[in-house]
Amino acid sequence: MSRISLAIAGIALTLALTACGADSDPLATDTGGGSAAPGTITVGSANFAESELLAEIYSQALEAKGVKVKRQFNIGARELYLKALQDGSIDLLPEYNGALLSALSTGGAPEGVSNPTDVLAALKKVLPGGTEVLEQAAAEDKDTLTVTQATATKHNLKTIDDLKPVAGQLRIGAGPEWQERFQGLKGLKQVYGVEFKEFKPLDAGGPLTVNALLKGQIDVGNIFSTDSAITTNKLVVLEDPKNLYLAENIIPLIRTSANNPTVSGALNAVSAKLTTENLTATLAKVQVDKQDTAAVAKGWLTENGLL
Amino acid sequence: MNLSYLFDITHWQLDTAGSIPQLILSHLWYVFLALAIGTAIALPAGLYIGHTGRGSFLAINAGNAGRSLPTLGLLMLMVTLLGLGLLPVLIALTVLVIPPILTSAYAGLRSLDQRVVDAARGVGMRPWQVLFKVELPMALPVLMSGVRSAALQVVATATVAAAVGLGGLGRLLIDGLAVNDYSRVLAGAIVVAVLAVLLDLVLALTQRWIVSPGLRVTR
Amino acid sequence: MITYLQNNSEVVLAALRQHIALALIPVVLGFLIALPIGYLGVRVPWLYHPLVNVCGVLYSIPSLALFVFLPVLLGTKILSPLNIVVALTIYTVALLARTVADGLRSVDALVIESATAMGYRRVRRLVDVELPVALPVILAGLRVATVANISLVSVGALIGVGGLGQLFTRGFQLFYLEPILVGIILSVLLAAVADLIIVLIQRAVTPWTRFAGSRA
Repeated sequence: MSRISLAIAGIALTLALTACGADSDPLATDTGGGSAAPGTITVGSANFAESELLAEIYSQALEAKGVKVKRQFNIGARELYLKALQDGSIDLLPEYNGALLSALSTGGAPEGVSNPTDVLAALKKVLPGGTEVLEQAAAEDKDTLTVTQATATKHNLKTIDDLKPVAGQLRIGAGPEWQERFQGLKGLKQVYGVEFKEFKPLDAGGPLTVNALLKGQIDVGNIFSTDSAITTNKLVVLEDPKNLYLAENIIPLIRTSANNPTVSGALNAVSAKLTTENLTATLAKVQVDKQDTAAVAKGWLTENGLL
Repeated sequence: MNLSYLFDITHWQLDTAGSIPQLILSHLWYVFLALAIGTAIALPAGLYIGHTGRGSFLAINAGNAGRSLPTLGLLMLMVTLLGLGLLPVLIALTVLVIPPILTSAYAGLRSLDQRVVDAARGVGMRPWQVLFKVELPMALPVLMSGVRSAALQVVATATVAAAVGLGGLGRLLIDGLAVNDYSRVLAGAIVVAVLAVLLDLVLALTQRWIVSPGLRVTR
Repeated sequence: MITYLQNNSEVVLAALRQHIALALIPVVLGFLIALPIGYLGVRVPWLYHPLVNVCGVLYSIPSLALFVFLPVLLGTKILSPLNIVVALTIYTVALLARTVADGLRSVDALVIESATAMGYRRVRRLVDVELPVALPVILAGLRVATVANISLVSVGALIGVGGLGQLFTRGFQLFYLEPILVGIILSVLLAAVADLIIVLIQRAVTPWTRFAGSRA
């Protein structure tokens, strides 16, 4: 009998231990999902460094105005995090106006829409119910097709058009979502008539793609225009004369229920200061110098007089 | 929940890159390589430890430590160190295979009736004869259960290869997730589970075939 | 690595706390669920083989797929840690139900008969005799399940909830070794500590195994 009471005591102890763990744990507040406590904003991010950096900048800017923030970064690709936004798991995240527009419009972005103002206007028409965008920043981060200097010289590549005759011999690497996106393989085929020999599903402009490109495991990579790897490795960004890749201004996407003047004020102030140059430089601190994202975000906010 | 991806005939064409049969083949290839390399390392080590009794502390604890290594972390570490390719995936999966085989080889030998081993020595068998003619055949049922649990784990875990840009059935999970196509994720999960069951069946038949009939009665 | 830890202690600690909760709550829940299921597998003999097979199939569902599907099945939000908890509870049950059944089956029939002869009714016999005798086997299974859970939690990072796994994805995105190494080391240490705790519990509740020299 005493053995059993001991056993039960042991199990109870384990239970108690894990329960303690849960008490002091994010899990306890998490189970409700996004809008845990009233007034708390859950900030999400996509699964790449820049998105996480921007989400951190948003979070700190909000906290500076006394808004409670819960961070839920590194969720995944757009297809996934938009779902999380709609089911209320997250309230806010940094977006790119053109990519978001393409994702939300059936059959890709409407033709002839490519400059920031037009893109924003078109975007506002297709936003899912219950969500809205705030002011967009001047800062842009475009999808690019990028090759190494050697590949560019070998095939005489300057623009995406130049790929057409040689693409049949080339392998392209990008995030897996590129297979289905208009701004991925579909658009390349429709707009430029470019079809590659092989598609390698890697990551969204992340290190897999960059490293595969540098090691010759792919010939063309989808890399973001603010990526410091482009200058560090003297990569060649192919021009996009037919504007397949639209304006990609950074813009906060937020659930209407989470928005209020304090929140929009703080985020619009961030957008007003964010430029492609200062974003690229700041991102390099994370990507190249491996500095902590939170510290880098704080640095940017301080420099721009927002903290 | 819908099964449209799984039952779409165009996803089953053998010659299309990324079709389900091709993913199954690449998946099985990873599983086979990991099992082969893992067994080549763990079996001799487990037999040595079980036969000699030396290093049994190592056998038990290496097994546990190996099991606690998070495969995803190990895989990402290896890709960061070695770059994209098959090697990092194989290393991560092999580490998964070694513990159950090492432990079961060791446990299989240790669980033998010591009198049988003594008898074998008594009739003049040399140590390696004792090992290969008596100990190993008698330990096979336990050993095979280790191989089977390793195989089961590797089949399910080989899906992480897709997280670092490789092929295998994990592609259905990772790509399905990336493009929000749940029907594809479901197809991936079902094919993996069916593959695991089939592989286990094959191994069970192999076990029946290689285990001496005289041992079958005892479970 | 030390510098990394100094600069990121908060992130690392939060990841570790989440990891502990995500891994251990399912162990406890799974254990409680597996006990009656395993017992049923012994009480109703023809259930044993189907039970073993179902557990085998459950265990072979890739964790990532389960994490993704549970929201659809349960109606939970897609980023809710609850999905991870439920998924790992399923794995724990799959591992332990079989172990519980095997443990109970390993109880010598003579022992059961003696207990019956001494006047033990079914429930008291189960609690006072069969379970304690089966405990070493069951606890060995619990050790495996705990260690396996601790390593599985990190896969959740692929959908944004994964305790220490978040350190893996973060390091991986930056091709930066430190966070990955820190995550792996902490995960292994956590498994070792949890394992040790179970071993200590086992020693405390089954002292006889130390004399008999039977399986530990």
